[in-house]
Amino acid sequence: MKKVFSRPKSLIDRQTHFCPGCTHGTAHRLVADAIDHFGVQEETIGVSGVGCAVFMYDYFAIDAIEAPHGRAPAVATGIKRVHPKKIVFTYQGDGDLASIGTAETIHTANRGENITIIFINNTVYGMTGGQMAPTTLLGQKTTTTPYGRNFRNDGYPIRMAEMLAPLEGVAYSTRVSMHNAKEVLKAKKAVRRAFQMQIEGMGLTFVELLSACHTNWRVKPLEGQKRVEEELIPYFPLGVFKERKGKDFL
Amino acid sequence: MTEKILLKGNIALAKGAIAAGCRYYFGYPITPQNDIPEYLSAELPKVGGTFIQAESEIASINMVLGASASGVRAMTSSSGPGISLMQEGMSYMAGSELPGLVVNVMRVGPGLGGIAPTQGDYFQATRGGGHGDYFNIVLAPASVQEMFDLAIKAFELSDKYRNPAMILCDAILGQMKEPVVLEETKTVIPPLKPWALTGSKGRKPQFLKTLYLSDGEQEAHNLELKEKYDRLREEDVLFEAKGLDDSEIVIVAFGTVSRIAKTAIQMAKREGIRVGMIRPITIFPFPTEVIRETAKRIPRVLVVEMNTGQMLQDVKLSIESSVKLRFYGRPGGGIPTPEDMLREIRVMFNEEGF
Ligand SMILES: Cc1ncc(C[n+]2csc(CCOP(=O)(O)OP(=O)(O)O)c2C)c(N)n1
Ligand code: SF4
Ligand SMILES: [Mg+2]
Repeated sequence: MKKVFSRPKSLIDRQTHFCPGCTHGTAHRLVADAIDHFGVQEETIGVSGVGCAVFMYDYFAIDAIEAPHGRAPAVATGIKRVHPKKIVFTYQGDGDLASIGTAETIHTANRGENITIIFINNTVYGMTGGQMAPTTLLGQKTTTTPYGRNFRNDGYPIRMAEMLAPLEGVAYSTRVSMHNAKEVLKAKKAVRRAFQMQIEGMGLTFVELLSACHTNWRVKPLEGQKRVEEELIPYFPLGVFKERKGKDFL
Repeated sequence: MTEKILLKGNIALAKGAIAAGCRYYFGYPITPQNDIPEYLSAELPKVGGTFIQAESEIASINMVLGASASGVRAMTSSSGPGISLMQEGMSYMAGSELPGLVVNVMRVGPGLGGIAPTQGDYFQATRGGGHGDYFNIVLAPASVQEMFDLAIKAFELSDKYRNPAMILCDAILGQMKEPVVLEETKTVIPPLKPWALTGSKGRKPQFLKTLYLSDGEQEAHNLELKEKYDRLREEDVLFEAKGLDDSEIVIVAFGTVSRIAKTAIQMAKREGIRVGMIRPITIFPFPTEVIRETAKRIPRVLVVEMNTGQMLQDVKLSIESSVKLRFYGRPGGGIPTPEDMLREIRVMFNEEGF
């Protein structure tokens, strides 16, 4: 992959604990880029979910807190209500946001909390060793779907960006990918757009990033990117599902 | 002259929270504490505060966690089933050393139970309640005045120790009306919290966390928490002692039960039996020392609770095994009457060796 940007100022210069080639690292850069772009490093408070990205505070040079698994949107709500002028974002995996924290996600979105949610969809529970996630594709083998995900037993992969878009409180809902340089540039724009809309006070902004977990998919890093393109995108289409144009609240 | 006004316990508590400078309330409805959110939903906006009816008690406590992390005094209130859902969040608050007030207007359980008064959540409140090696600061009011006063005290202690505090009371205290003196002239200004997340302007970024993975880190953290709890036991035990000088029997009771015990003590006095009382006000930290010392002089202790014997355990840990200990409890909504207690007092009084 060609170098799309150099290390943003709000990222600490330090080796991460992510598996080499993991796109969590790319997503961190995208968020840090948006923070730098709007010059809000000293105005931003980050909330990490529990998952591979729990150590947000080790990598971002911003104020940050670790929320209980799935509760980041509720924690962010508390923070934003105290500091309505600050930029508040959560960074959550698919187990965190779309399984254990579904209620917090939906109701925070429905209240139109003026925060940004960065959602990493890698179709597995990375941190705990590759178990099925709510986003695991049908037929996908994980450590708890050894015969492949079967809808009769496990239900269907959940599409969060589409699900949240119709909620009145949601200002922006989009799905982007990071599997090649071109898509990373689009993803960068989407994250910036989400932060911009938060700065403008438009409501909840949601960016779903398709991410490869080649370690738990048990493939080589490059094959992981290929799988995103060939298997994930057909089920999780990229695009903008909602984008408010003004503060057109009801 | 300080004016007395007639107030319901739940309202006095809500007023106490506002007097303490709390401007953030997050909660989910449950009987018998709904007066608290209803009152605060009307009053907080008037003082520039925020009230959110959350989607669940899990969300409520995590909003409290987030607001508290941002440097303000924040609270929630609930009852049994809701308090159970908050245990995860309270464990995280204790772990990341965040203050905040949780009010438990107890209802009978287990399960959905009923709304009758009880003291059945004593264990959950005083043993930490969630996972991990931690404690809550727990205050047990026994009057409407104390619902107001201890709300303020709970915020003070919670900030002093950077640890969640709980007010443990029941529907009787929540619903009854009594005259209260409100110290409205004293506006409490919550302390500044240099550890709070405010954006990192003019300082280094800082963070709050509970995850400690490297060697020995978690142990060091837990030992620091222990030091805090030891300091609490040292500096901030609260209790009320009555008639201990010349009594032959000591009752230990907290909250609502201590009030009924006062009537029983009067009745016993008329029969010529002198009974004193120790009423723990903080049930964590527990007034171990005063109970131990008193029982050395008066080795007959009667514990009365609205449960099957929970505080009883703490009293047992406080006294020598030679002390005569008797327990009377009514669980599941049963309220001990003064006559019940007098009967127990008589039994103790007539016991051999008295
Ligand atoms: C209440 C609770 N249940 C379970 C866990 C264990 N756990 C930690 S991370 C995780 C899933 C993480 O997966 P995801 O959110 O998809 O993040 P990823 O690691 O894939 O980025 C689980 C189940 C926990 N920490 N807390
Ligand atoms: S386990 Fe998967 S998600 Fe976690 S760091 Fe490794 S590649 Fe990334
Ligand atoms: Mg995941």
